[in-house]
Amino acid sequence: MRANLNDSQQIAKDVSQSPSSLFILWREMIKDKLALISLVVLSCILLIVYGSALFLDQDKIVKVDLLSIYAPPSAEHWLGTDYGGRDILGQLIIGARNSFTIGLLITLLTGFIGLAIGLIAGYYGGIIDNVIMRIIDFILVLPFLMLVIVFVAIVPKYNVFTFILIMSAFLWTGKARLIRAKTLAERELDYVSASKTLGTPDWKIMIREILPNLSSIIIVNLTLNLAGNIGIESGLSYLGFGLPESTPSLGTLVSYATNPDVLQNKWWVWLPASLLILVIMLCINFIGQALKRAADARQRLG
Amino acid sequence: MLKFILRRIMMMIPQLLILSILVFALAKAMPGDALTGQLAQSPKMDANTLMEMREKLGLNDPVHIQYVRWVKNLLHGDLGLSYIHQQPVTDLLSGRLANTLLLSACVLLLTYLIAIPLGLVSGRWQDSWADKLIVGYSYVSFATPLFIFALVMLFVFGFKLGWFPTGGSVDIQVEKGTLDYYINKFYHLLLPALSGALIGTVGIIQYLRSEIIDTKVKDFVKTARAKGIPESKIYSHHILRNSFLPIAAFLGYEITGLIGGSIFLESIYSYPGLGQLFLQSIMQRDYSVVTALVMISGLATLIGTLLSDIILSAVDPRIRIE
Repeated sequence: MRANLNDSQQIAKDVSQSPSSLFILWREMIKDKLALISLVVLSCILLIVYGSALFLDQDKIVKVDLLSIYAPPSAEHWLGTDYGGRDILGQLIIGARNSFTIGLLITLLTGFIGLAIGLIAGYYGGIIDNVIMRIIDFILVLPFLMLVIVFVAIVPKYNVFTFILIMSAFLWTGKARLIRAKTLAERELDYVSASKTLGTPDWKIMIREILPNLSSIIIVNLTLNLAGNIGIESGLSYLGFGLPESTPSLGTLVSYATNPDVLQNKWWVWLPASLLILVIMLCINFIGQALKRAADARQRLG
Repeated sequence: MLKFILRRIMMMIPQLLILSILVFALAKAMPGDALTGQLAQSPKMDANTLMEMREKLGLNDPVHIQYVRWVKNLLHGDLGLSYIHQQPVTDLLSGRLANTLLLSACVLLLTYLIAIPLGLVSGRWQDSWADKLIVGYSYVSFATPLFIFALVMLFVFGFKLGWFPTGGSVDIQVEKGTLDYYINKFYHLLLPALSGALIGTVGIIQYLRSEIIDTKVKDFVKTARAKGIPESKIYSHHILRNSFLPIAAFLGYEITGLIGGSIFLESIYSYPGLGQLFLQSIMQRDYSVVTALVMISGLATLIGTLLSDIILSAVDPRIRIE
């Protein structure tokens, strides 16, 4: 009863203040139990990974120890060791940190490019829109995975930075298309025409007036993309065309399973990394799905 | 309709052109050229003969002339020579192409076989426990990366339980052409195809589910129900009729995913197809094979989307207006 009263007071307050879209997203997410659990789990994982990565000595982890090759889990090595006698747990933490950081960077970079291009195409329309959309259509039908692998293989001085650039070069298109479609609809609304009549410069209308109205869609899209990007990165690293050797990824640990003996008998080498990728991706996806429901007024929980 | 098809094909021409330029530029950017491969056969060759050979192969010509020659060869089905295998790329591909097509076809078939009934159940009995289970499955499968799922499948069903073979496309001792041969081949296909299909269903399930939920409250369905048509017939004749064709049309869009998927599946199940060849070639720096494979995959996706667009516009005239 108490809770109900609080709720109705809350709602009354919300109505009078017209809560910001970010607040609605947050409120909806808290109501979705699965998403809430995912958020807690993901935060814990990230806290542990980033926290302990600070104290880990990377040199010590990548040091080859021939006396304990493929040691099963023990008190000294909680998750055992790999073919070089290196501690799996340490590699797992560093790999998770690298995978997540790079997934996030790619998401942000593609988000930025997609946003800028989508806004421009949708707002101006006409020939600019046409040209941009043709380019996007073209990039979308390219065999993405193959081309990324080819680029990774032939780029001279390959490093993490070039990897992020190569991935971003292909992945901004989906976002640009989405933003463009939404901007196209937004452009026809009265507030934009009014602002135009008042003589507001185009860039100001785009950034300060249209953009805030797209924020919830952008957040949803970026969240779901983050999961996808971590998946693609670890998949490429699994194939050996992802992060360079100096920055191990979760996919690198999984790739040890290409050796049938490791896959069959030494589960501690590849299974923890696989599960960690799976858990991270599931959590982010559940959060993203909840945000998606929240962003769509018809599907809100209340 | 005809106008739309023509316009859609016209749109493909610049795409084709740019694709070929892109692939050609990539081929040029790769270290080594057609000569490097032949050098492998006769390592001792003096600088003069080398120059002559380069001249003869046209490697000293301006880039645009080389490009035109490359396209001409491509149209004639001449994809160059593999440095590593020392045989024409076309021969190398043809053997593996069948394997990859077979795998992709199986993945697609299984995807549809799994997804359509699940989508039906989930849409028809919305919010039942079965629906919740199916939606849960589709969320999880959407979030699972293919390579991890395939590895776990191989680990559990291939190694731990030993139900399926763990690699290759057919056992060596089986005689070619016999019934056993085909059964054996199918047996090798099943686990990789299932791995690909089980996590590729999410799009179809969600589409079918929301279509049914939207359609089942429409007036024409109510009319049918009021006339006393049995529920099962309402679904098969009235509701699903509109949903099935678009699903079939998605086929073309799936090609990009299938190509990417076959790279992972073939490398995990050591299945001798184009995806495996692609990875091997790029590691061995056999770039003429790589170029050919990228070009073929690009072509396949272009044609796939073309077909899908045409089918979809035939089903749904609203698409044509744009």
